[in-house]
Amino acid sequence: MTRYLVSRLIESVLVLLVMSAIIYGLIGLMPGDPIDLMAASNPTFTAADVERLRALYGLDTPLWQRYLNWLWSALHLDFGYSRQTQTPALTVMMPALQHTLVLAGLAFLLAVTLALTLGVIAALKQRTGIDSVINFFAFAGISVPVFWCALMLIIVFAVQLKWLPASGMYTIGAPREFWDTARYMVLPVITLTLAYTGGFTRYTRSSMVEVLRMDYIRTARAKGVPPRRMVIRHALRNALIPVVTVMALSFGTLLSGALITETMFAQRGLGKLIYDSILNNDYNMALMCLLFATAVTLLCNLVADLCYAWLDPRISIR
Amino acid sequence: MTDAVLDSSVPDAGRSVWALRWQRLRGNRPAMAGLLVLVLLVAFSFSAPLWEWVLGIDSLRADLFNRFAEPGGKHLLGTDEAGRDVLIRLMYGGQVSLMVGLTAAVSAAALGTLIGITAGYYGGMVDKVLMRITDGVIALPLLPLLIVFAAIDLRKLGFGGDFAVTPDAAFWRIVVIITIVQWTTVARLVRASTLAVLQREYVMAAQVQGAPARHIMLVHILPNAISPIIVACTLAMGQIILFESVLSFLGLGIQPPTASWGNMLTNAQEMIQQAPALAFYPGILIFVTVIAVNFFGDGLQEAFDPRSEPR
Repeated sequence: MTRYLVSRLIESVLVLLVMSAIIYGLIGLMPGDPIDLMAASNPTFTAADVERLRALYGLDTPLWQRYLNWLWSALHLDFGYSRQTQTPALTVMMPALQHTLVLAGLAFLLAVTLALTLGVIAALKQRTGIDSVINFFAFAGISVPVFWCALMLIIVFAVQLKWLPASGMYTIGAPREFWDTARYMVLPVITLTLAYTGGFTRYTRSSMVEVLRMDYIRTARAKGVPPRRMVIRHALRNALIPVVTVMALSFGTLLSGALITETMFAQRGLGKLIYDSILNNDYNMALMCLLFATAVTLLCNLVADLCYAWLDPRISIR
Repeated sequence: MTDAVLDSSVPDAGRSVWALRWQRLRGNRPAMAGLLVLVLLVAFSFSAPLWEWVLGIDSLRADLFNRFAEPGGKHLLGTDEAGRDVLIRLMYGGQVSLMVGLTAAVSAAALGTLIGITAGYYGGMVDKVLMRITDGVIALPLLPLLIVFAAIDLRKLGFGGDFAVTPDAAFWRIVVIITIVQWTTVARLVRASTLAVLQREYVMAAQVQGAPARHIMLVHILPNAISPIIVACTLAMGQIILFESVLSFLGLGIQPPTASWGNMLTNAQEMIQQAPALAFYPGILIFVTVIAVNFFGDGLQEAFDPRSEPR
């Protein structure tokens, strides 16, 4: 067990290292160079100034050397300064991360609740009208473009009905209070929930269908276990094993997957931060957030595997 | 008469596995509906030049005196913010989405097959390294990574400035970056099939007779792995169309004036007050396409699975 954990952790660190090197290299290939941008915005810059600045920021050294320098600081949790805000990248990321955790956490809870309910109902009513309807909605959920879904919600609930604000995080100028913020969260949470419910429902249904075929369910039925108890104690508990794994895996992608939703609703979360920093050549910021998102995904993968072994005693970890 | 009775007792005798699969697929109504919708969408998209000719419209020419025209006359769905015909642009956008989906799905499947078959056939260290890479790629946050790839300046990669800004470059860039992140599912499936087939006597017989690796891969392993590849490829196509649309929507994919359903929505987003319908059409087409692909892919999966019960 300990050996397995250690080897998995080492693997994850390796993936992160490779990933950081690749992203570091890729970011250098994006259009625009911070020094050129500075020079372009300030007409008094001379060629000598440009050279001096390049030397100052260490941009005149070869790429691998710059990467090693970055890595050395990063290992000391110094991820450099954000170019847009002129503050340490880490202090910019923390509030954004907090916001995404609230947004994604709410959506995740809602999606899980909905999916478990719908999935179990569909499995119990296999091949009936209800099953087909739920199945159709689950397919719709995995097939709808998230940004378009957001756009439609904005058109209906913000532009036409004027019930909810279209974008932003709070009313500007108004005192910060809970209900105000909550109103701004409704549409993003709905969008993100819709995006994840479809897939979860399909997993729940198919896992439940599989379990309902098992001999132990027939035994439970035969010995007269009440249907309710049979569904929850005997079937659902076993059906949940693969479903929990999939959900743990998805939570890792939820943090960066919120990118579209946050961008559409102008919510300053981790996803929007990644998007903005990539587009604005904020290299330190982009690199740190991307690595953080990867680290979370890797961690969730590990948790998913551990969950699987923990929930299903038949599976033992080497 | 007796003959007929005997025949019906073994209904599958003498029929190829593909005929059986087609029969099973045909009985699956959602899958057939998906297929029909896809055929209609292909016809819709690729008839664009015909309609342009019939209606006498040039879909690329802007007409600023005729912006946001109401549907009617020769503009069946009206015009957009530059006075271009919406319907024809939707057709051209469909060509792009379908072509990106198909090309990227096939090339990702090809890369995945190559990696999976190599890992499964050679085993040992090769297998270990390739599968670690696969696991690593699966763990990556896809969307942010695609955005980084899409933001790369092709000129800094050494492509000529002329090529880097053409519509072709935008198309192939999307295909390539999606291939880079999408091959993993197929690689795992093919590796598993390869390992299963390698245990069979006929493969050992071929090996003993000195058949080269290439022969065994192409003649013995690949045909046995083709069904999961086809299913994975179809289901990937839906996902790829969604990726393409979101990248184009963010301005990082297909570049205007080339129409794509994604980039038509970029402009529509700014106009939701004046022309909400413009934001509706491209999205509903993406939705219908992807849901049709998914229903069809799901049907294929069921039809190809020998354990699945007949519907």
